[in-house]
Amino acid sequence: MKKIERILIANRGEIALRIISTCKKLGIHSVAVYSEADKSAPHVMQADEAVLIGPAPSVDSYLCIDKIIDAAKKTSAQAIHPGYGFLAENAGFAQACIDAGLIFIGPNPDVIEKMGSKKVSKSIVEAAGVPVIPGFQLADTDIPFPVLLKASAGGGGKGMRIVRAADELKSAAESAKREALSSFGDDTLLLEKYIEQPRHIEVQILGDHHGNIVHVFERECSIQRRHQKIIEESPSPVLTPELRNKICEAGVTVASAIGYQSAGTVEFVYAPTGEFYFLEVNTRLQVEHPVTEMVSGLDLVELQIQVAEGIELPFTQSDLTQTGSAIELRIYAEDPSQNFLPVTGTLCDWHLPSINNVRLDSGVRTGSEVGIHYDPMLAKLIGYGANRAEAIRQVQYALSHFSIGGITSNYGLLNSILRDTAFRDGDFDTHYLDENLPRLLEDKASIDVLIESAVAVALSCERTRHESATMNSIPSGFRNNRFRGQNFSCRIDDETITLQYHQVAPGRYSISHGERQWTVSDLQWESPSLAYTNHDGVRRSFRIQNKGRHYHCHSILASLGIEVLDRFPEQDASDVAGACVAPMPGKVIAVNVQEGAEVTQNQPLVILEAMKMEHTVSAPCDGIIEKLLVREGQQVDAAALLAVVSGEEGE
Amino acid sequence: MLHDTTVMKLKSPQHSDAKQTYPVLKSTVDKSSDLYRSNYDASLAKLEGLNKALAESRRGGGEKYNQRHLDANKLLPRERIEMLLDRDSYFLEICPIAGYDVPSHKTGTAIVGGIGLISGVECVISASEATVKGGAVTELGVAKSGRLSEIAQQNEMPAVSLIESAGADLPNQSKIFVPGGRGFRALTRQSESRLPTVCLVFGSSTAGGAYIPGMSDYVVMVKKQAQVYLAGPPLVKMATGEETNHEALGGADMHSRISGVSDYLAEDEHQAIRMGREIVAHLNWRKGSQPLQRFIEPPKYDAEDLLGIVSSDLKVPYDAREVIARIVDGSRFSEFKPLYGHTLVCGWAHIHGYPVGILANNGTLFSESANKGAQFIQLCNQIDVPLLFLQNTTGFMVGSKYEEEGIIKNGAKLINAVSNSKVPAITIMTGASYGAGNYAMSGRAYKPRFLFTWPGHRIAVMGGKQLAGVLDIIKRESAKKKGIEVDEERLGMMKQMIELQIEQESDALFASARLWDDGVIDPRDTRTVIAISLSAAYNKEVKGTTSWGVFRH
Repeated sequence: MKKIERILIANRGEIALRIISTCKKLGIHSVAVYSEADKSAPHVMQADEAVLIGPAPSVDSYLCIDKIIDAAKKTSAQAIHPGYGFLAENAGFAQACIDAGLIFIGPNPDVIEKMGSKKVSKSIVEAAGVPVIPGFQLADTDIPFPVLLKASAGGGGKGMRIVRAADELKSAAESAKREALSSFGDDTLLLEKYIEQPRHIEVQILGDHHGNIVHVFERECSIQRRHQKIIEESPSPVLTPELRNKICEAGVTVASAIGYQSAGTVEFVYAPTGEFYFLEVNTRLQVEHPVTEMVSGLDLVELQIQVAEGIELPFTQSDLTQTGSAIELRIYAEDPSQNFLPVTGTLCDWHLPSINNVRLDSGVRTGSEVGIHYDPMLAKLIGYGANRAEAIRQVQYALSHFSIGGITSNYGLLNSILRDTAFRDGDFDTHYLDENLPRLLEDKASIDVLIESAVAVALSCERTRHESATMNSIPSGFRNNRFRGQNFSCRIDDETITLQYHQVAPGRYSISHGERQWTVSDLQWESPSLAYTNHDGVRRSFRIQNKGRHYHCHSILASLGIEVLDRFPEQDASDVAGACVAPMPGKVIAVNVQEGAEVTQNQPLVILEAMKMEHTVSAPCDGIIEKLLVREGQQVDAAALLAVVSGEEGE
Repeated sequence: MLHDTTVMKLKSPQHSDAKQTYPVLKSTVDKSSDLYRSNYDASLAKLEGLNKALAESRRGGGEKYNQRHLDANKLLPRERIEMLLDRDSYFLEICPIAGYDVPSHKTGTAIVGGIGLISGVECVISASEATVKGGAVTELGVAKSGRLSEIAQQNEMPAVSLIESAGADLPNQSKIFVPGGRGFRALTRQSESRLPTVCLVFGSSTAGGAYIPGMSDYVVMVKKQAQVYLAGPPLVKMATGEETNHEALGGADMHSRISGVSDYLAEDEHQAIRMGREIVAHLNWRKGSQPLQRFIEPPKYDAEDLLGIVSSDLKVPYDAREVIARIVDGSRFSEFKPLYGHTLVCGWAHIHGYPVGILANNGTLFSESANKGAQFIQLCNQIDVPLLFLQNTTGFMVGSKYEEEGIIKNGAKLINAVSNSKVPAITIMTGASYGAGNYAMSGRAYKPRFLFTWPGHRIAVMGGKQLAGVLDIIKRESAKKKGIEVDEERLGMMKQMIELQIEQESDALFASARLWDDGVIDPRDTRTVIAISLSAAYNKEVKGTTSWGVFRH
């Protein structure tokens, strides 16, 4: 088969860059596609060529099969790599590629189709002798409790019930039916074994066009939020060598049963008893593939390309080893304290120094806009070590040096998890995050750390202003009769910190906070790095970047978003009494009131949809809708004024 | 104490080849000597006295009245100034201890004033202290206000006043009424000279005070705080029987919407200050002159040494070059006529990039030194270089030899040159300032743009001991003429009394309290204070003269 010389990557973000990097390694030209929102995205810059395929919404761009096939033709690409997400598991897309004479880098459309159906995949797997979660009929008499009741048509937990005893089944089934009927219009229920304390373990498989199938060991992905993985690792801390062998063999059995060709993943649910059950096959490269690459030394994308070229896998199962341990952290633009609500914004800093045994698969850079249109995952940080403890130490070290500024992220949560004893002991299941979240979120920087960081930002502002001052050789803030120091106020989360400082000598500052007064010395500032020696004699380094008055101050103590408060604050929309503002950019999907309507406090007024989540904006007080500024279908920016409620007391 | 080591980055490369050609002064100060130690300790003691006076000035009306002011949700005048200034910029307070220890006066005279940057523009700022007798104006307050508007006029700078004043201190009206009128004339004269005047009214501004906003180019009034009227409700009732209230009669709202006395209505003090900054930002301010930009080298010697260099005993001389070495850029000094008239050191240097011609006393003035000084001032005028006088002189040399040499006519030349010089002059009194030496070295009467003193300096027609001695001789001669016996005991007591009085009245704090200067400064801040002064002076075009009074040769 002829060699592929040009690959179009039908994806964006970190995975597009990941594929581009292997293309470069192999001497293959890469072609990126991009939407209007991604005009200056890193994947567009890094690819050899790039084709604009439409407006920002993915339905009009990254999900448009015709536009992507057209882009491949225009650029004479011979193959298309779909990455993950978007069209990666769309059998129609794989077929369209083949029909257009292009190589689809992935399994054949038939496999994608079959594995896309839970029912079909389950029956194929069951037939191959791999355990699936046992199902029952409501009428069965020997049901082993606990069981899970769920709507056949359902999803998202609606109509789901855990039933622990036979006498609860009847009433639970009735209410589940009602809920299923009202939610999905179909009251068919499924009943299956409920697995307590489940862990998510999956097996990486690789197949070629010559009938060879191998596994590249397992990954454990039990640290999840809202059923999405955020920390993955290989090997799983829970598997014994025997169990590992068993589960990996099961993976190969599944892959063989469907004649898998390319890289894929067989997912299992693992019970504390050591039993495991098939969940599904992901017919694509997984987000978490780097942990497998780090412990196996393989380049899975390279292998996918080779398989697509028709080359036989260059190894057999016995050649593969799992050496050391790798842990991946997914960094998301989201707010863990707001139920993981995705957030948008501009990255004012994105910096990780180069660290041994650490890999960063990133789709963004300093200055990137994180918008509402795509998945909020920014990057994956992967640490490697000789064993799990070393891998954790390495990735933790890397995280402490990773400065992510300008946007709320799950950075702090990841840090807390890495510090958590249960996680470190490998003692967790897929409910870990749900059960421990409040505790993990409490793990915050101390007030002393906030103050040290505020001092750093204050002095960086002072230095920056002084450098550009017209008389910058005059000592900063000179007074021949000092009344007070220079004021500096900032907000860090809900904490407002007000400091006073004055320069007592070059590089030496007197600082006061409330009653406390101290001196810092040997200040050095070369944007974005600032260092000073604290009163306790400890020298601290910070990395400070900003966009307007929003600063990001990173040190190994903490990574903090710091809003510098203006001396003369300008009024913004939310300062209007009774204002209802959009908490995030989004689309207005419902307006429940009209101008002049009487409303009560907390009454839902406007419903926004953003990042596939609904967000309700409610009346801040009892009163009358004085102004209504939006209509259904309208796109609004964050902090946009939606409505004004005039309170009872009024003017 | 701030030592500046910041190096100004060159903004225009065409001057980057400006070589630092002036030689570096060599210092011979022995910091381990007893003299240095005792001078240093004496300087610290003097500074303690200064700091005490300054602390007094910052107390305003005292805790009780300050708290009452704060409770009324008002900012203290010094806080208003802090907020008005650009962040991290300087503020050079003028005459901060005026009124210190002066009977029936408060330190600072109920006015805070100085030079600072607002929206990048150097402005003369003054703020009334309502916590001191409601901000009522005293005669020293009138003098201080006068000095502040003089600074604005001489250096051609915009002025911003922050008003909250009950007007004249009525019990003392006789001392204020007539000179007080000058302030209003000054405001309109400044306006006429294209020097904008901005007035922010924070509180009551009555009667005479009403003319401050009235005469200013821009007026901002704070809602429900500013009250401006010629006569308050009680006086109106007395005069016409009209019943009215403060707000209706002269409130900010009325003046902004009806009378037009106010141009901008501020919701609160913060907004008024922000508006003040906005007004200054639109002034399109351009300075009259700019020095060539050059690399700014910090001095090679520590300003801290000045405390040990300056003699606590004025009879013990110290080398003026040691002071110069701790003030000028790179300690570099190009001395003029080094072998002639050695009691007056003359030469060129830079301070924060500004060129200066320095005249520094190095002992008593002789004919040669006076002639050299006069010539040097002429040279500086020829090339538009500002003058810096470093005073430390007991005056002109006396005696028949010197009279025969014509010390009078030679001293007159120096005074002629100082008086007619048109380049800005800054005077620092570092030690002695006695007799005609004060005049010849650009004392207050010679209108240097700025005049600051060091805490140990002494100022008088002559030293207390000398003056008492002179009196002794006169008394004895008079007694002899009358043929009466000298009452030794009485004469001795009288001499002691007069010596003590003169010593007290020669003190730096005594002098500054009476506005004989623009303030007593920490010697370690001298370089910074001169730089701020020079920068202020450059708001007016720096242009020397070639026209002088007749020199008698």
